[in-house]
Amino acid sequence: MALESHIAANLVAVLLVALAAFLTWRARRSRYWRERLVEIGRRRPLALALIALYAAVALLDTVSWREELPADRPGASAGLLETRSALERLFPADFQEASYSAPLADREFYGDAPLAHPGRHVLGTDILGRDVLLLTLQGARVALLVGGLTCLIAIPLALLAGIPAGWFGGRLDDLVFFVVSTLASMPSILLLIALVTAIGRGPLQVCFALAVTGWVGFCRLARGETLKIRELDYVHAARALGVSEWRILWRHVLPNLTHLVVITFVLTFSQLVLSEAVLSWLGLGLDGSWGQMIDQARDELSRDPVIGWNLGAASGALFVLILCVNRVGDAVRDVLDPRTLRERA
Amino acid sequence: MSAPASAAAGDELLVVEGLVTSFPTEGGRRVAVVDRVDLRVARGEVLALVGESGCGKSLTALSIVRLVARPGRVDAGRVALAGRSLAGLGPPEWRRVRGGEIGMIFQEPMTSLNPVQRVGQQVIEAIRLHARVSRGEAHRRALGLFERVGIPDPASRLEAYPHELSGGMKQRAMIAMALSARPKLLIADEPTTALDVTIQAQILDLLRELGRDLGMAVLLITHDLGVVNELADRVAVMYAGRIVEQGTREDVLARPQHPYTVGLLESLPARTPRGARLVEIPGAVPPPEAWPSGCRFAGRCARAYEACGDEPGWTQIAQLHAVRCHAIAREIGS
Repeated sequence: MALESHIAANLVAVLLVALAAFLTWRARRSRYWRERLVEIGRRRPLALALIALYAAVALLDTVSWREELPADRPGASAGLLETRSALERLFPADFQEASYSAPLADREFYGDAPLAHPGRHVLGTDILGRDVLLLTLQGARVALLVGGLTCLIAIPLALLAGIPAGWFGGRLDDLVFFVVSTLASMPSILLLIALVTAIGRGPLQVCFALAVTGWVGFCRLARGETLKIRELDYVHAARALGVSEWRILWRHVLPNLTHLVVITFVLTFSQLVLSEAVLSWLGLGLDGSWGQMIDQARDELSRDPVIGWNLGAASGALFVLILCVNRVGDAVRDVLDPRTLRERA
Repeated sequence: MSAPASAAAGDELLVVEGLVTSFPTEGGRRVAVVDRVDLRVARGEVLALVGESGCGKSLTALSIVRLVARPGRVDAGRVALAGRSLAGLGPPEWRRVRGGEIGMIFQEPMTSLNPVQRVGQQVIEAIRLHARVSRGEAHRRALGLFERVGIPDPASRLEAYPHELSGGMKQRAMIAMALSARPKLLIADEPTTALDVTIQAQILDLLRELGRDLGMAVLLITHDLGVVNELADRVAVMYAGRIVEQGTREDVLARPQHPYTVGLLESLPARTPRGARLVEIPGAVPPPEAWPSGCRFAGRCARAYEACGDEPGWTQIAQLHAVRCHAIAREIGS
C-alpha cells in the first residue's frame, strides 16, 4: 500500500526540521560559521524574522492529521474521515462561502446573499468562496517547497558534475561542459514547458524540471572555483604531505566551496519561486501556489467591478517573501564572499 | 664522467641520478627543463640548490617527489632514499613517502594552509595521516610540535584559523606539519622568500636547529646567497636546467670556479665596494626552448670558446668541489 499523502507530508516536515537542526548544530560547532551566522542575523533581523514566519506557516500547513467529520457539517456521515493540516484547523472547519465576497464584507460581492461567516474573511473569498487569507498562507508551503526542493536537487547535481569536471579536466570536463552548454543554449522556459508536459505536474516533477534548467549556472561556478582551488598552495601542500586526491576533494575543495553553495542557494531560491509563478501563469504550475492565484486573477481583473483582493494577497505574499530572501541573500554574500572577508578581519 | 661524491660514500640519504623532467613546447616538441640532474644528500646534511628564477630548481624538488603537474612529465632518472629506490612505487606508497619520509615546505606560507579549517585540525590530520594514533594523542603531539617550532601559546594557536596567524607563524606551522612524521629529509623550497628579514633569520635558525637536533637532512632551494651562507653545508649551483658547479659552502662561496657562479657572486651588492658599479652578467637566461646544445651558459660567458659548443663534463677541483666548464678544464689541464 502506498504511503498516504498526509503521512508522507508529515514525514517530510520531520525530515526538514531534523535537517535544519543538524545544519544549525554543525554550524554552531565551527567558530567560522557561528561568527558568520551571527553577523548575518545582525544585518538582517527583520527579513530573517519574516522568512521564519513564512517557514512556520508552511510547517503548520505541512503537519496534518485526519479525524471524523463533525456531525453538523454538510455531507457528514458516521465514519467519514477528513484530513486537515494544523493551519487549516486554526480556521473554522466550514470556513467557506458560495462565491466572491469583499474583505470583511457581510454579504456576497455579486448579488446580495448573506455570508455564512459575515465580517470574518479578512481578505475576502475567491470565486469558489474559499477564504483568500487561508489560501495565501497555504501558498507559502508551495513556494518554500518549490524553492527548497529544487535547490536540494539542483545544487548536489551541480556539485557532482562541476567538481570532478574542474578537478580531473580532460574528457570528463568536455562531457560536462557539452551538457551544460547544450542546456544553457535552450530557452529555459521552453525546456520547462517541455519537461513539465512530459513528466507531469506533481510537486516532485515540477521541482525536478526547475532543477534541470537551474543547475547549469551553478555547475559552471563550481567547476571554475574547483579549477582555481586545484592550483592553490594548500592543495599542493596537502599533496606534499601525502594526502590522497579524494581526501583533498573532501577536506579542502568542498569546504572551500561551501560559501558559494550557501550564496547560490539563497539567491537561486527567490528566482525559483518566481519561475514557479511564471509556470502557473502558463497553467503548468503547482496547485495552491501564489502563481495559480495570480493566474485566476486574470479573469477577475476584467470583471466589473474589479476583484483585486485575490491578486493583491498573492502578489503581496510573493513580493514580501522574495524581497526578504533577496535582502538576506545580499547579506549572506557580503558576509561569506572571500573578497569582503579581508576588509572585516 | 659520473657525478662527484658528496661527503662520505655510503652515508647517502638521497641519491638522484640523471633526473630529466620535460614540458611540451608550442611546436609539440618536449623540452627537458630539468636535464640530467645528479644530486646527493648525506644524512643530516644541508644541501643548497641555488639558481635564478626559472632555472628548474623548484621543478627538481617536485620531480624528486613525483609531484610535477601536467603537462610536465618526469622522463628519466633514478631516485633512491636511504638506499631504497623510489622507482615503480604506486600512488599509495608514494603517499607514504611524501610527508612520511620526505617533508616539504613551500615559499608561500600565507596561502599554504586551508583558510576554512583551524590550524590545529590541519596539523592533527597531518599527524594522523602517517601514524595510527587517537585524536587526543595527535592533539598532544601537535602541541609538542608547535612548541618545538617556537610558536608561543601553542594551545590557543591550535584553535586559531590561518588568517589569525602572521606569515612567520604560518611558516612555523607549516614546518610543524612537515615534521609531523619525523621525515629523514626536508625539502624547503624558498622557505623564507615571502617573509620579512627579521622573520627570515628566525626561520633559518629554526631550520638549522631542527636539522641538527633531529638528524634531518635538508634540501634547501633558494636564489638567496645570504640564506645559503647561513644554512648550507654544501651547495649545488643550477643554471638552465643543469647543475654547473657543486662543492662545500666554502668551496663555492669563497673559491667559485664556474663563470656563472663567479658572476653571481660578483653581482652581490655586499661584495661590491661602495660607490662602484654593480657587476652584472650580460644578457638574460634564455627560455627553455632556446637552450643551446652545448654549455648553456656559453652565450653569456666571457670565457667561452669553440669547445663550449659541446657538453662540458665534470672537472674535479677539490675533494668535494667539481665544476662543469670547458674553460676551467683547459686551465687545470694545462
